[in-house]
Amino acid sequence: MENTKKVYVYKGFERFWHWTQAFLIMFLALTGFEIHSSYSLFGFDVAVDLHNKAAWAFIVLIVFAIFWHITTGEWKQYLPTTQNLRAQAEFYIFGIFRNAPHPTKKTLISKLNPLQRLVYLGLKILIIPVMVVSGLFYMFYRYPHSGVIKSANIESLEIIALLHTLGAFLLIAFLVVHLYLITTGHTVTSNLKAMITGWEELEEEAEPEEKAEAKENP
Amino acid sequence: MLAVVAPLVIITVVLREASTENTILEALREEYSRVHQSGVDHGKHEILQQDFTNPHLITAACLSCHTERGKEVLGNAHWNWEREAFIPGKGVTYLGKKSLINNFCTGIASNEGTCNRCHIGYGWKDKSFDFTNEYNIDCLVCHDNTGTYEKARGGAGYPVMGPAGPDFRKIVANVGRPTRTNCGYCHFHGGGGNNVKHGDLEMALLTADRTIDVHMGVDGMNLQCVDCHPAENHQMLGRYYGVSSSNTQRATCEQCHTSVPHTINKLNEHTVKVACQTCHIPVYAKVNATKMSWDWSTATRRKEGLPYQELDSLGNELFTSIKGDFTWQRMVKPEYVWHNGTADHHLCMEKIDLNDLPLRINTLFGEYRDRGSKIYPTKVHRGNQPYDTEYLTIIQPKLWDAEPGKGALWIDLNWEEALIRGMEYADLPYSGKHDFIPTEMFLPVNHMVSLASEALDCKDCHTRENGRLANLTDFYMPGRDYNAGIDTFGQLLILLSLLGVIMHGSVRFIIHRKAKVNPNT
Repeated sequence: MENTKKVYVYKGFERFWHWTQAFLIMFLALTGFEIHSSYSLFGFDVAVDLHNKAAWAFIVLIVFAIFWHITTGEWKQYLPTTQNLRAQAEFYIFGIFRNAPHPTKKTLISKLNPLQRLVYLGLKILIIPVMVVSGLFYMFYRYPHSGVIKSANIESLEIIALLHTLGAFLLIAFLVVHLYLITTGHTVTSNLKAMITGWEELEEEAEPEEKAEAKENP
Repeated sequence: MLAVVAPLVIITVVLREASTENTILEALREEYSRVHQSGVDHGKHEILQQDFTNPHLITAACLSCHTERGKEVLGNAHWNWEREAFIPGKGVTYLGKKSLINNFCTGIASNEGTCNRCHIGYGWKDKSFDFTNEYNIDCLVCHDNTGTYEKARGGAGYPVMGPAGPDFRKIVANVGRPTRTNCGYCHFHGGGGNNVKHGDLEMALLTADRTIDVHMGVDGMNLQCVDCHPAENHQMLGRYYGVSSSNTQRATCEQCHTSVPHTINKLNEHTVKVACQTCHIPVYAKVNATKMSWDWSTATRRKEGLPYQELDSLGNELFTSIKGDFTWQRMVKPEYVWHNGTADHHLCMEKIDLNDLPLRINTLFGEYRDRGSKIYPTKVHRGNQPYDTEYLTIIQPKLWDAEPGKGALWIDLNWEEALIRGMEYADLPYSGKHDFIPTEMFLPVNHMVSLASEALDCKDCHTRENGRLANLTDFYMPGRDYNAGIDTFGQLLILLSLLGVIMHGSVRFIIHRKAKVNPNT
C-alpha cells in the first residue's frame, strides 16, 4: 500500500449525529413496526409513546444537523456527481473481488464516493423529509380535517400512513446494505473505526490531486 | 462516549412523565358526594293528609301548589311520546313511541292498555286520551320516593286502587327528586321484562357495585339517573335513538368529564372520533341477560293444542306461544357504528326494500368522513317481524286486550285476526297476505360504564385480525390496516438486500480465504 497518513475525518458532532441518528432510526423502526402490528414487543401503547418521543428526538437532531451542515459547508459533500459513478459501481460488482483499489480516493474535502453521494442525498432530501412530514401529520392530524392542524384538508390517514410505511421499508433496506458496506473499506474494520474515533488512514499523496479535482467539478 | 451518552440524555429528557393526577375526576367526586337535601317535608302539607281514592285527585293536589309544573309536563316527551325533529328525506317529523315501530312488540297502537302502563299519565287506553288535561298526569311514578308505587297491569297507566293498591298517604308524604327506582320502574323493563330491551338498564343497577356501573355502584358515587339526566322545567336531558332523531338535548359523558378527560394525551386525541362509551363499556348486560333476537314467526305454535313456553337454565324465556322464539346473552360485546347524533326511523307506512334486508327499524347516521361522527357501541337487536307481502309494509299486530275474542294475539293466538285488527286500529291498509321479514334495531349502549382499569386496550382495536372495529372499514386504522402491495414490496426489498449482501460478502470471504491459502494466485 502507498503511504498513508492518519487524518481526523469525522468531527465530534458529525460522529454524535451519525450514531444518534443510527440509534434513532433503528429504534423508530423497532417501535414503528410494532405499531404496524408486525410483532409484539413493548406493547402497543408503549410502542406508540416511545415512537413519538424518539420522533421528537430525531427532529431535534435533524435541526442541529442541518445547522452544522450549513455552517461548516459540509453540505457540499452530498452534491451529486457522475464522475467515477460507473467506476464505483463496477468496483462493488467486480473490482472488490479482485482486491482492486477503490476508484474514488477518500479525502477530507470529499469523504463520499459518487454512489454514497447519490444515496445519502436521496435520504436527506427525499426519504427523511417524507418520513418527518408524514410522521408529523400522523401525530397531529385528526382525520378527517380536525385536530391541531386545521388548515390542511386531508380526508384520510391512509395516504399518510402508507407513505410512512413505505419510507420505513426503504430505510431498513438502506440500513442492511449500509451495515454491510462498513466492511468494504481499506480493511474490514477501517470504516467502523473511523466513524467511532474520527481518525482514518487515508492515502497521503492523493489529497492535493482530489482537492484540485473537487474545485474543477464542484 | 459522547455518541453513546448523548442520545440517552436526549431520550431521558423527552421521556419525562407528566403528572398523572386527574383533577377533573377529583372535583367531580367532591361535587357528587354532597347529598341532596329536600327543602320541603310533604308530609306536613295539609292537602296531602287525606286518603285518596282517585289518582287524578292526587295530581290535582300536587298542582294546587306546583301550579305551573303541569304545563311543563304537557310539553315534554315523557308525556307526548313524540318529539319534533328534522330527518333528512322526511323533513320535519313528529315521532316517538306514540307513532314509531320497534323491534320488540312492534308498536303501541291497539295495545295501549298494556304498553301505556309505562306512560306518565292515567288512562291512555286508546286514541281518545286527552293529552291537554293536566289532571291526567301521573306525578307519582316519577316522584314517589318510597319505592312502593305501582301501576296496574293492563291499566293503561292507572295504579291499583283500593286495599290491594299502594299506601298513597305514605307515598304523597314522601315525594321528591326521582331516584333510580322511579326511572327504572319503566326504563329497566322496556320490551316486556327486566333488561329485555336495552341490555345496559336493568334492576341490578339498584343494588350493583362499581364493577357493574362505576357511576351508579352503591359502593361508589351511587349516582341517580337524574344526576346525568337533569331536567329543567321537566325537560329531561337524554336521547334514546330507538325513538329520537336529532342531535340536541343529549346527555353526554363530556358534560361532566370534558372532552379531554385523560391524563394521557394519546387517549384524549381519540375523543375526536371515538365516543367515551366505546372504550369504557367493553361489555353490557353484566348481571342479567338481555334479549338479542326475537322471532315472531313461530308465535301461535302450540304443543298438543295448548300454548306453552320454554325457559333456559337461568329462567329466560326461549319460546312462548304468544311471542315466538328468543335468544338471550349476558356479558355482550357491543357492535360498533359511526354515529353523529341523528337517526332515521322506518315508519309503519313506509315501503320495505326487499333487496336491502335485514330491514333497519332505525338507522343511526354517521360515517368516518363526517366531522360530527364518532364510533359508538350499540346493542343490535335482531328480529323477524310480520310484513305485508303485497303492500310491502311492516304490520302492526294487535297483541293485547282485556278480554278474549277481540283479536288480540296474546289471548286468541290467531295471527290473521291480530294483523287485521292491528292495522284496522292504526288506520293502515293490509292486503291480508303476510309473511315474516328479518329486521334489526340499533340501541346505543350508554350505561354500565366499567372501571377505568377494565376499559378497552389499544390492541382490542389496533390489531390485524378480529378487532372490535373490524366491521368499520371506511377508514385507515394503524395496527389494523396495511397495504398488501407496499408490505410485500417492502418485505421483498429487505429480503433481497439481505440476500444481496450475504452473497456479496460470502464471495468476498471465499476469495479472501483462497488468496490467503495461495498468496501467489
